[in-house]
Amino acid sequence: MREITYLEAIKEALDEEMTRDPGVFILGEDVGVYGGAFRVTEGFYEKYGEWRILDTPLSESGFTGAAIGAALVGMRPVVEMQFADFISCAFDQLVNVAAKNHYRWGAATPIVVRAPYGGNIHGGAFHSQCIEGFFFNVPGLKIVAPSTAYDAKGLLKAAIRDNDPVIYCEHKYLYRRIKDSIPDEDYIVPIGKARIVLEGKDVSIITYGAMVHTALEAAQKLKESGVSVEIVDLRTILPLDKKAIFNTVNKTNKVVVLHEQTKTGGVGAEVSSLITEYCFDYLDGPIIRIAAQDTPVPYSAQMEEAFIPQVKDILSAVEKLIRY
Amino acid sequence: MDIKREDLLQLYYYLKLTRRLEDRVTSLYHQGKILGGAWTSNGTEAVSVGYGYALERNDIAAPYFRDMGVFLIRGISAKRIMAQYFGKKTGVTGGKEGNVHIGDLNFGVIGFPSHLADNYPVGAGAALAFKIRGEKRIAVACTGDGGTSRGDFHEGMNFAAARKLPMVFICNNNQYAYSTPLRLQMNIKDIAERALAYGIPSKIVDGNNVVEVYKAAKEAYEIARNGGGPTFIECKTMRMHGHSEHDSAKYVPRELLEAWKKKDPILNMEKYLWENSIAKKEELDGIDSRVKKEIEEAEAFTEQSPYPEPEDGLKGLYATPIAEE
Repeated sequence: MREITYLEAIKEALDEEMTRDPGVFILGEDVGVYGGAFRVTEGFYEKYGEWRILDTPLSESGFTGAAIGAALVGMRPVVEMQFADFISCAFDQLVNVAAKNHYRWGAATPIVVRAPYGGNIHGGAFHSQCIEGFFFNVPGLKIVAPSTAYDAKGLLKAAIRDNDPVIYCEHKYLYRRIKDSIPDEDYIVPIGKARIVLEGKDVSIITYGAMVHTALEAAQKLKESGVSVEIVDLRTILPLDKKAIFNTVNKTNKVVVLHEQTKTGGVGAEVSSLITEYCFDYLDGPIIRIAAQDTPVPYSAQMEEAFIPQVKDILSAVEKLIRY
Repeated sequence: MDIKREDLLQLYYYLKLTRRLEDRVTSLYHQGKILGGAWTSNGTEAVSVGYGYALERNDIAAPYFRDMGVFLIRGISAKRIMAQYFGKKTGVTGGKEGNVHIGDLNFGVIGFPSHLADNYPVGAGAALAFKIRGEKRIAVACTGDGGTSRGDFHEGMNFAAARKLPMVFICNNNQYAYSTPLRLQMNIKDIAERALAYGIPSKIVDGNNVVEVYKAAKEAYEIARNGGGPTFIECKTMRMHGHSEHDSAKYVPRELLEAWKKKDPILNMEKYLWENSIAKKEELDGIDSRVKKEIEEAEAFTEQSPYPEPEDGLKGLYATPIAEE
């Protein structure tokens, strides 16, 4: 076991998969010589050479399309979006080509698109967005969003070995802020499986990504006031682990759905609809969604703090639910 | 470049097969028998037949929707294509897709997305894989004049050029993007000028002359195969039907169609074969009979084929389905 950061976990997964399988290669802006805007691929150029870690022109649609083409003839490309925000330029290739290839004409498209996403870094509207919602309504894609270094490594390995297009949402706020003990041997975290982060009996918080840590902080405070919180980390956003969602609802009967993505039409809306549709009889109160405000991500620290869900928002939601 | 007699006759056969298959689809469409729309390559068949026939077995094609010749040449049978139009289970995509939305990697054909020129970067990606693996294979992608105004056209060409990929880009310049003539699409005389901006050598060919298209493609493929990087080939031709068969194309001046009718690619090829004493009329008639028979068989096959079950629509979303506990 070793302690490594979330960013190191991503780097290790890429490195190990590239060593294991010569079909794995990386392409994106500044990933090669420079080592990536966040230094995730630092040293790869020297180790793997310019044909396995490719610096591309600024053309997200072009290099995502190229990744799809390479995948169709047997490669396992990993695309790095420099910031998740730029994935919008590749929307068409992901939604109309990658997501539909297998359904339409039976061709597997094993690509991974790494999307450094999320706020709290004062990046403003174009360097802070949560992008999972844009793709959540697209059958054929898979979307994962690890919250720990352990999951970051295991889910990235699973994504690379998966035969479908996977959007890998890596929260850049977590890159160097969290650490985990990682086993020395090879492991994967299966796609499609949520994880219970904290067992509890009074209220469930269903969440993912950086918000898992915000939820943990809130749960600690609530514990002090005698409220037992269960936290479910979805880990895979598409397809959702319905079984895990229903299990926790049926156990605590009270639910908060928490995410950093904006509220309207977000992942939380779907999670809460699933619960009312399938677990209505188990509910002892309304499902409360806590999400980012329905605005672009503001730059100023004061406004960004108000934009992103905070511990206090969770506390007041849970206190409200407990009264039911 | 010399072309063997048998290759010339094969080019003629595929021109005829493409024309007759699409003509039959057109007439079935007008009888209300085709499930959805019907897009054809009528008048431009020499483009897909020429560049498709020049490929080697292991090469990859990323064709667009007026490339019926490529599907047939790669080995996707007229039977499966006809069944595809009817939404039958035996169609190329088992009814998941219709008409020209065809792809089958067993025959080296990448599926066509309607978003034109999306296949340019996708094709370039296949070429990238060949280059990474050191294989002597090439990829070719084709789009129409309309597609050349989309970003993916430019991004795909630029990427392929920057990395000197074994890639060839074809443009079927048939003068109209649906109803919009070239003069409203771009402010340049030749689409080939666009390749210049990416440092890609280009060639303009008579898109109604299958031999010329074939030769240009073959040459470009060899350059790409030997590390010389991409080439862009603009095939100047004319779409003789509407955008699709529902479209009477009244916006196309009649004189333009009359002028191009005289340059029909099949008449062109017949003339070439006769004048150079390569084949007599009887031999070409024999080829045509073979083609007719093939299409009759395709129709019979389609008629006898079952439709998919409604629940088949739920299958095949993922290549790696999520494991249930």
